[in-house]
Amino acid sequence: MYTIELATKLADRVYEYWIRAPQVAEHARAGQFLILRLHEEGERIPLTISAVRGDTVRVIFMTVGKTTEELATLGAGDSISDVVGPLGKPSEIGNYGTCCIIGGGVGIASTPLIAKELKSAGNHVIGIIGARSADLLILEDEMREICDELYITTDDGSKGVHGFAADVLKKLLAERTIDRVWIIGPAIMMKVTSGATVPYGVKTYVSLNPIMVDGTGMCGSCRVTVGGETKFACVDGPEFDAHQVDFNEMMQRQRIYTTQEKESLERFAEHRCRCGEGGHHHE
Amino acid sequence: MRGSRSTGAGAAREATTMSDRPADVRIKDFKEVDCGLSPAEAVAEAERCLQCKKPLCVKGCPVCIDIPAFVREIAEGNFPAAARALKEQNMLPAICGRVCPQETQCEGVCILGNKETPIRIGALERFVADWERENDPSLPETAKPTGKRVAVVGSGPAGLTAAAELARAGHAVTIYESLHEAGGVLTYGIPAFRLPKEVVRAEIDQVLALGARLKKNHLAGRSVSVDELLGYDAVFLATGAGLPAFMCIPGENLNGVYSANEFLTRVNLMHADAFPEFDTPVLHGGRVAVIGGGNVAMDAARVARRLGAKVSLIYRRGEDEMPARRAEVLHAKEEGIEFLTCANPTRILGEQCVTGIECVKMSLCDLDASGRRSPEPIEGSEFTLDVDMVIQAIGTSPNPLLVSLIPGLERGRKGNVAVDRNGRTSISHVYAGGDIATGAATVIEAMGSAKKAAAAIDAMLREE
Repeated sequence: MYTIELATKLADRVYEYWIRAPQVAEHARAGQFLILRLHEEGERIPLTISAVRGDTVRVIFMTVGKTTEELATLGAGDSISDVVGPLGKPSEIGNYGTCCIIGGGVGIASTPLIAKELKSAGNHVIGIIGARSADLLILEDEMREICDELYITTDDGSKGVHGFAADVLKKLLAERTIDRVWIIGPAIMMKVTSGATVPYGVKTYVSLNPIMVDGTGMCGSCRVTVGGETKFACVDGPEFDAHQVDFNEMMQRQRIYTTQEKESLERFAEHRCRCGEGGHHHE
Repeated sequence: MRGSRSTGAGAAREATTMSDRPADVRIKDFKEVDCGLSPAEAVAEAERCLQCKKPLCVKGCPVCIDIPAFVREIAEGNFPAAARALKEQNMLPAICGRVCPQETQCEGVCILGNKETPIRIGALERFVADWERENDPSLPETAKPTGKRVAVVGSGPAGLTAAAELARAGHAVTIYESLHEAGGVLTYGIPAFRLPKEVVRAEIDQVLALGARLKKNHLAGRSVSVDELLGYDAVFLATGAGLPAFMCIPGENLNGVYSANEFLTRVNLMHADAFPEFDTPVLHGGRVAVIGGGNVAMDAARVARRLGAKVSLIYRRGEDEMPARRAEVLHAKEEGIEFLTCANPTRILGEQCVTGIECVKMSLCDLDASGRRSPEPIEGSEFTLDVDMVIQAIGTSPNPLLVSLIPGLERGRKGNVAVDRNGRTSISHVYAGGDIATGAATVIEAMGSAKKAAAAIDAMLREE
């Protein structure tokens, strides 16, 4: 069993958990993820490792389905049946010069570790974090501390630049040399944003989040087409060259279980109503 | 041999279906197909044994079970003694009794097979193991602790066997398993109707009761560093052949196309058949095409059938060439699986989801290296099958994750770990066995190679 040491609600439907998992914490590197299973009946879901402290790891998630909704009902002191990780290849950290790291929505969760390692490797690190609105923006202070420069965007203009991360990136690319770019966020955001670096030929990484089961290369559920070849995101990724990724196929494969996911979520909501369970209070 | 299945060993296999539940009943659940022998049936069967002075059956057994000894104890009604004789050489007898291809091993060489049917050794092995588990579980003796530490990577048939042997020899064994449950292919791969999961769990518990420590949720190479592993006095790699092969034909990434590994893992490990009680979903399919002719293809087809689909099995050679056990082919047919032999998929059709599969007919020509007739596509013979799901069961290859991270570990052409006949790798205290060393093979072959490697590890540790 893996204990939740700290549970905080960061924004509407967005939660930050610190989980005690020494074997993950000891080995975790930027760009890697873990898979957790809540209980005997649970499914295995991948979540990015967002930070490490002692023998605990941080995950940040948005409630989008049954498992994340259920996870959100847990609080500090509660346990999770299974946590395995770190999984996937670490980010390709190196001293490239100027690196830009972009997080969209809950994808911002992945940015601090990558930014930190890039900074340690000697890069000038520019962060761009974007959300739909100011109240959904997470990890601003943390990123401001790590990055040499930090830009904020909101879709509704309630904070920072009114617009998308891609707008800021385009401006930066036009003004100066950027050597590497990382983009982590919803598939459509990664697809659109990575398009900005194509004319400049800047190597751009995206972190893919297809449906996974084992996370160790055994099942092929997470297969994606990269440069015309089939790759397994769990072991060949999760980070890939953005300009080679077939995003449309990936988004299509993310929808395989839409019907079942809806059924499962509705059933869970119904169950919670019946039990009158309000879940834990998050500070 | 394969052609003469109506007599000899083949007839014996078909005779075992006497204890099977009727097909129309069993396709409605995941309970075991074969009900096994009653004590009276077991005794009667055991009494047929000639107790050969030079028993061929033992030679036919990859883990060298003293078959005449345990069969004799059954004949005398002494089931606890039979179990002890069995477990002396095999700590997973309830599993082996169910999934070993006895017809090509111990039963295949039984002298009785020449005139009548061979002794049903597999059924007897299963009977004794089940009887013991339910009535009088016992453990073999273990040696005094040696103070040596051994890491076993993977808890499938090879890992469990090596762990049991090494724990019995007094070594401190730690098993690393990446999934949340132990058992490897026994847990995620073989469906419950062939191998009930409580049987697997009980035999794993026996291995752990010998003193082996299990660390679940530990992916070696990631959650445990290579340096940590190499810090053990010996390492046994048993990471299996988990990497699924895809055909590399158009349409393969459409929604509704599965590897058999994924489909079976969702159902066997994650219990997707019980969705939404269990959270993991799986598509059920109205009409499903399963590609392949091995045991895994039969398992996938029969699982899809139990989820309510009409299933067509597509295989590029003839039925006689299928690598699956004859009994499994028969089971699949009884359960209404349609066999389309001498056909090969050329592309999977659909926009986002699968709507069909295009195949080409194959002609069988000269014998190839495997001794089977090699299939050649017949030009212009393409035909289309309307299906909404495709499961590819065309094989797996050694899992590259850990072995590619160990510097200096020599590998064979197929990505397997190169070993000598005792499982030694190119690194002095690192051994390997099971599918990671041999490529995809049977449970019992994996166990056989693990036993040899465990003996070599034990000898090495005692010399030090």
